[in-house]
Amino acid sequence: MAQLKHPQILFANDLKDGEVLFLGAKGWVRDHRIAKIAATSEEIASMQAVAAVDLAANRVLDVYPVDVTLSPDGHPEPIHYREKMRTLGPSMRLDLGKQANGVEFGDI
Amino acid sequence: MNIAVTPPLSNGPRPAMYYYDTFDRAFVEERVAQFRDQVERRLSGALSEEEFRPHRLMNGLYLQLHAYMLRVAIPYGTLSSTQMRQLAVIADKWDRGYGHFTTRQNIQFNWPKLIDVPDILQALAEVEMHAIQTSGNCIRNVTADHFAGAAADEIEDPRPTAELIRQWSTNHPEYCFLPRKFKVAVTGAEHDRAAVLLHDIGLRIVKNAQGEVGYCVIAGGGLGRTPMVGKIVRDFVPRADLLAYLAAVLRVYNSYGRRDNKYKARIKILVHETGLDEFKAQIEAEFAALDRSGTNADPEEFARIAAYFVPPEFDAGASSAAFEAAKAKDAGFVRFAETNLSAHKAKNYAIVTVSCKPIGGVPGDVTSAQMRLLADVADKYSAGELRISHEQNVVLPHVKLDDVHALWQALQTAGLATANAGLITDIIACPGMDYCSLATARAIPIAQAISTQFADPERQKLIGKLGIKISGCINACGHHHIAAIGILGLEKSGRESYQITLGGDPTFKAAIGERLGPGLEADEVPHVIENLVAIYLNERQGDEAFIDTYRRVGQAKFKPALEREVEDGSHL
Repeated sequence: MAQLKHPQILFANDLKDGEVLFLGAKGWVRDHRIAKIAATSEEIASMQAVAAVDLAANRVLDVYPVDVTLSPDGHPEPIHYREKMRTLGPSMRLDLGKQANGVEFGDI
Repeated sequence: MNIAVTPPLSNGPRPAMYYYDTFDRAFVEERVAQFRDQVERRLSGALSEEEFRPHRLMNGLYLQLHAYMLRVAIPYGTLSSTQMRQLAVIADKWDRGYGHFTTRQNIQFNWPKLIDVPDILQALAEVEMHAIQTSGNCIRNVTADHFAGAAADEIEDPRPTAELIRQWSTNHPEYCFLPRKFKVAVTGAEHDRAAVLLHDIGLRIVKNAQGEVGYCVIAGGGLGRTPMVGKIVRDFVPRADLLAYLAAVLRVYNSYGRRDNKYKARIKILVHETGLDEFKAQIEAEFAALDRSGTNADPEEFARIAAYFVPPEFDAGASSAAFEAAKAKDAGFVRFAETNLSAHKAKNYAIVTVSCKPIGGVPGDVTSAQMRLLADVADKYSAGELRISHEQNVVLPHVKLDDVHALWQALQTAGLATANAGLITDIIACPGMDYCSLATARAIPIAQAISTQFADPERQKLIGKLGIKISGCINACGHHHIAAIGILGLEKSGRESYQITLGGDPTFKAAIGERLGPGLEADEVPHVIENLVAIYLNERQGDEAFIDTYRRVGQAKFKPALEREVEDGSHL
């Protein structure tokens, strides 16, 4: 088992509405805090295999892994500011994007 | 397919602008139907994303940082009040209640759903608008002087020429797969407000010694990662030969443009690598070999198009008495009149710039309520016509001086009366990393911070005209290269970092700004701008503009602006 330098989660977009998605334990979720976390290269490869099925099924697009750190309560937070922005929304319009409505749990 | 959106028609005047004929209407409707089918096939899986992407991009639909983004063309920045109202409908029905005016005179909606886009395109088609060729390696929306048809310094309205080029180039098979995107700008005025020297092709309407109207053709300008000022390739092309000459330029580009490296694929690189003399010789050889009669538009066709742009009948009896009386009573109105009015060709009329840069606001963002108010005041005071400037403002081109006070009061009710056109808070900023997937740093919050820092209107007046332009990556959509003070957002070691450039100029004296020094942290930028302004005010002579002071004293005088105190009290 090859340990990743940083834990990773998978980002994607919903094909129909374009919203940013994250691969969760049972499918795609809209809140990164409940994203499935890969600690090893095997785990992220396994997650990418799941994503590939949904890519082929035209449910998501633009899938890629993102390095994260884990918050004290175990939630993943992207290391890079670009992906951090994608988990929230525009930084000067807090009424828009995911940050506006709090958390939407659940699979799509 | 019809949808339940009825264009909110204007009861006001019929603006002087191009109107679709049956061919145009059928063409745009057909494109909507094609895209509806393409979306359905994408959703069903019949088209892969790889297959679908070129179709969505050719219809202006991008996938951005948070969602899809739809870029809608506003040809040469001209909008009717009816079209503006329809944009408000789209913003409310399918987006988040606002739109963003861009530096290419377009509007972008930041939150459309793919499944809704065919309906949005249908709604646009109903008011003779579309999103065709707002992306892709084709000839993009042709831009023009936003004061076209109104400016006192105009030789000729550039919009008939821009419309002719739009019709000629739209879906032209030879120009759908150019080496890279291709931008054309046209001006017909003595002062360049369209940055024609910074486009792939810039056209300046001129008269020759015989008094005939033609075009000075400039090629090879552009911003992006390799900014270059365009070069004149022909001093005078007769109007009758315009399309053939443009075809010759494009054929040279299509033949020799670098398709092996997208970063070297713009025509500016070709001009640079080929050398101006050889490039001109290649154009002339193509031009000589072309079947001009088969390429050029008939003069009757140009006349047909130009007839749409006959300006409204101006009131010869218009006065300025009420305007002067209002100024005598209201200092706030005086400030607006001093900054946001420009000289109109008709006596006692003015061109009014409506600033989309409220202090601390998002440059270029306009809410649906503001769009509706703008449509209303356009009907009431400006012959139903509006313009979008590449400076991300709205222009009301034909306003009687005596109506300006009432207009200003109406604009105040919607937060659109900021008196800062051309001043230091009239900042151009691209969407940056708040929206754009290509961005390396945010641009909008930097603009907001600087705007807030210089909010005091008296101070702005003291500083005078000063352009600050901010881009969130090297693609330079925020035009930072041609700003008096340019700001470029980059990434440095996982953090946002901002480079300052000085001395850029978008006019006929075009210049690319020079980098001042190492990058800054975001929160250091306003302080450094403050220092730059202080140096400028100290060095300027009389009412000298920033760019002239900079050219006179040189960059070294401005270097100390980068000094700032750090936490331990030392200076960087």
